[in-house]
Amino acid sequence: MSTATHAGFSLLANLPALQVVVPMVAAPICTFLRFRNGPWAFALLVSAAVFWIAVTLLQQVLTHGVISYEMGGWAPPIGIEYRIDEINAFVLLIVSGISLVALPYALRSVEREVPQDKHHLFYAAWLLCLCGMLGITITGDAFNIFVFLEISSLSTYMLIASGRDPRALTAAFQYLVLGTLGATFILIGVGLLYIMTGTLNIIDLADRLGPVSDTTSVRAAAAFLIVGIALKFALFPAHFWLPNGYAYSPSAVAVFLSATATKVSVYVLLRFEFTVFGGIEAFDDLHFARLLLPFAIAAFLVGSIAAIFQTDLKRLLAWSSIAQIGYMALGIGLGTPDGLTAGIVHMFNHALTKGALFMAAGAMFLSIGSTRITNLAGVGKTMPFTTLAFVLAGFSLIGVPTTSGFISKWYLVLAALQHGNAGYFLAGLVLFSSILAVIYIWRIVEVAYFREPAGGAVVKEAPLSMLLPLWALTLGCYFFGLETHYSVDIARQAAESLLGIAR
Amino acid sequence: MMWTELPPGLILLLGGVIAAVAPHHVRKGLMLVLPFVGFWQLIDVPNGDHAVVTLFGAEMVGSRIDSLSLVWGYIFYIAALVAGIYHLHVRDRMQDVAALTYMGSAIGAVFAGDLITLFIYWELTAVTSVFLIFANRTNASFRAGIRYLIVQIASGVLLLGGLIIHWRATGSVNFGNLGLDAPGAVLIFLGFGIKAAFPLLHNWLQDSYPQATVSGTVFLSSFTTKMAIYTLARGFPGAEELIWIGATMTAFPIFYAVIENDLRKVLAYSLNNQLGYMVVGVGIGTDLALNGAAAHAFTHILYKGLLFMSMGAVLYRVGTIKGSELGGLYKSMPWTTGFCIVGAASISAFPLFSGFISKSLIITAAAEEGYWFVWLILLFASAGVFHHSGIKIPYFAFFAWPHQAQKTCREAPLNMLVAMGIAAFFCIGVGIFPGYLYDILPYQTDFVPYTASHVVTQLQLLLFSALAFAWLMRTGLYPPELKSTVLDFDWIYRKALHRVWRGTVEWGSETSGALTGGMRGWVNAIIGFAGRLGRPDGLIGRTSTPGTGVLWLTAMLGLYLLVFAL
Repeated sequence: MSTATHAGFSLLANLPALQVVVPMVAAPICTFLRFRNGPWAFALLVSAAVFWIAVTLLQQVLTHGVISYEMGGWAPPIGIEYRIDEINAFVLLIVSGISLVALPYALRSVEREVPQDKHHLFYAAWLLCLCGMLGITITGDAFNIFVFLEISSLSTYMLIASGRDPRALTAAFQYLVLGTLGATFILIGVGLLYIMTGTLNIIDLADRLGPVSDTTSVRAAAAFLIVGIALKFALFPAHFWLPNGYAYSPSAVAVFLSATATKVSVYVLLRFEFTVFGGIEAFDDLHFARLLLPFAIAAFLVGSIAAIFQTDLKRLLAWSSIAQIGYMALGIGLGTPDGLTAGIVHMFNHALTKGALFMAAGAMFLSIGSTRITNLAGVGKTMPFTTLAFVLAGFSLIGVPTTSGFISKWYLVLAALQHGNAGYFLAGLVLFSSILAVIYIWRIVEVAYFREPAGGAVVKEAPLSMLLPLWALTLGCYFFGLETHYSVDIARQAAESLLGIAR
Repeated sequence: MMWTELPPGLILLLGGVIAAVAPHHVRKGLMLVLPFVGFWQLIDVPNGDHAVVTLFGAEMVGSRIDSLSLVWGYIFYIAALVAGIYHLHVRDRMQDVAALTYMGSAIGAVFAGDLITLFIYWELTAVTSVFLIFANRTNASFRAGIRYLIVQIASGVLLLGGLIIHWRATGSVNFGNLGLDAPGAVLIFLGFGIKAAFPLLHNWLQDSYPQATVSGTVFLSSFTTKMAIYTLARGFPGAEELIWIGATMTAFPIFYAVIENDLRKVLAYSLNNQLGYMVVGVGIGTDLALNGAAAHAFTHILYKGLLFMSMGAVLYRVGTIKGSELGGLYKSMPWTTGFCIVGAASISAFPLFSGFISKSLIITAAAEEGYWFVWLILLFASAGVFHHSGIKIPYFAFFAWPHQAQKTCREAPLNMLVAMGIAAFFCIGVGIFPGYLYDILPYQTDFVPYTASHVVTQLQLLLFSALAFAWLMRTGLYPPELKSTVLDFDWIYRKALHRVWRGTVEWGSETSGALTGGMRGWVNAIIGFAGRLGRPDGLIGRTSTPGTGVLWLTAMLGLYLLVFAL
């Protein structure tokens, strides 16, 4: 008993390291498990452990405040520091939680879409991707962010290309080219900052930037960093990799990536914009964040319009993701506590919503063998549970009251309205874009419920292993639409700590 | 504890959710039992604010029980029960679910203590009730339902806009006496006005109600508009504008009701006219007048429901509700005839029937406050009501000239008769013993309806109105029942706008070349442009080469560097 307590004690103290190390070590082990369902079960187990760690860390942060963990016992700023505050604890929770929900779903979907002899590599890549995203989130070191970014990106290219659809190869290649470019920009940005300040630790950077902030180098660093990160979170017009990347990858990958990858990038943006550059007066008159606004507006308008005209359900959802990213960028670009809260809470809500929608699309793909919208005629009758979940999650995407999507839009509109006449205009644009969302969701509803199924192959309802995660996320959309205590309060705390508002 | 904190609307709403999956008998059981449960909750729970939660930094009150909301709560549950019985024979899950959730949302709206909660229920009534119209499953009802939905949602959007402005200006979302001068109140007022069918905002009512199913119309007629009257009484009591709006509402539908052929549409017009009395009552805003509005809402739901039920029974048995095709049904449907006459007598405010004791409250209040012109309009409207609802409806449906096919039709089903019987019982009971109704009114009252002058005035009015009808029929001057569709203000948007549109398009195509297509051309051009951008092979929607992506990325970086570094 006493040994267990002792072990538990040291375990708890080292959780920040374990958060990243567990999936990192698990990934190579996974490649050796070459029996049926072995890699999957192992990845699920690891995911559960990682999720537990994230939950515990969030609790620790909420009760004890910021956790600073020195990797290998080297004190920052020399050593690498893992630094966990409300916001990244929240993101850790999203990432690991989605992985945990997506894996049970992945079992049947991957069986169908990924060749049997590649499963161990697939799940190893999944774990590496998870490790990379968790690492980006947890670390307090700018260069370390770049390293983990590369880990997650490389494994993402592999995940996208792992399916049977040959178009996935070109999609992965395109992402590879653009992703490398984006990562290079980030590296250039970090490098410039290092040259100017001599430190890589984010907190240290923020402290030392003051005296040199009014130099071209630092400003250029900011530009490189923002554009590099914008690519990773697919902000229009740096979105080119996303539609095909999501549409042609295996369904489970689309679920996982759409719900996590862009969210992590948004987090990185927040980190650099507010923690690193936030306190610098020279940047205030640049309206540093404001420059995001035109891109954000273009993103949610163009994304929604393009989604309306898509002929493939997964591509439609991918374009809708581009629009939703626009909303997040809008919230961040407003730069007020309310705006940031809206952006962060939308990060969470959209992870739930889009995860559920891609799950439904994947389930339809499993049963019908296609996600072309014309092939989905009558799916409301043949796959009632999947389709109902899709529609309910679709409501959340639109922002119908009682859904979590409504909470996000509500805060976004409130935040926009704080900006006078321009704010009314912005709020109007957001509402207009919501109407566009009604149109593209309605297209699916119409095909699914009001068209007769084509004769021929018998379409079965999706297996329970897919329906349960799907419904878990769908109900989550409604739970967090009614009970906003967790999501909104944490997001607000995170926003306030990012803006340095004393609580 | 749970019981007190449970917002009243949720009882029926949750019932509706269960009904979505429950078998037929369970659904019917829910519709019969839940009104009793809800009614008991209203009696059991003490007055005050319950279910208070703070959300988004606004204090939301899920259940505000006070003397004003209770009147509406009681009558809504009675109406829910009566309509539920009337609906008993219908085997249609869609209607059951829609009816339960719709009634639940309307009750929830009445007990909402803040604007946000009100807005949520407000929109819910719209999206649930439209299925009662869709449930007819005809093309016409589908189109009418879509028109209905657009108008209802617009009302909700106005409410939302108003509440956001109000909240931002005052920091409170409490739903009390707002007054028209409060920030955002005009928008809220218009939102309420749409649902209360203010003149020129009223067409959705005559457009959609006759298109709903037999029992769907009974549900619809009881809740939406009366909920709006409640919100006006809560938010804008004593707003002088309402007096004139209401007076207009009482008078103008009469002309339409007289010439309209679809008898359910006649009732829809007379519904509008009855709402006018309540709006006037709210507008006068004295204790007596508000009592009158509440009492009139109470009695009105019963007798208007009764009339819609009797016309529904005719439609159910005969298959048409056109005045020109009906007649002589009193032989085959004696009970329905009797109940219809009770409803007609009530709406015409015959002494000893329910309409009399509520309408006289409002008319007296108008006189007391010196609104003589309004008082005259209300009197004129009373005569008109008797004309179209009191005589025309029973006469053309059950008497008039018998048509061959209808001699053989059967009496209405038992459950319909029971429902009509209950409503008729209340109509007469309230008329004879008004004290029971007066006791639950929001304000103390010592009003005595049965004074000699009230009774004599009303009887004179009714007699002359009957005389006029008889004389017009005798001399053949009465507008004949024609198989026609009467166009109202909706002509503006259904026909005139259509013509303007056509005209523009034609003009556009004639002058094509430089200006192709008029309005439609513009719309098509915009959609086409969006399509050229967004389609999978469009400028933005297409799969681009990595080079394009790199180009854009570089451009973005260039812009940032330009802004930041220079």
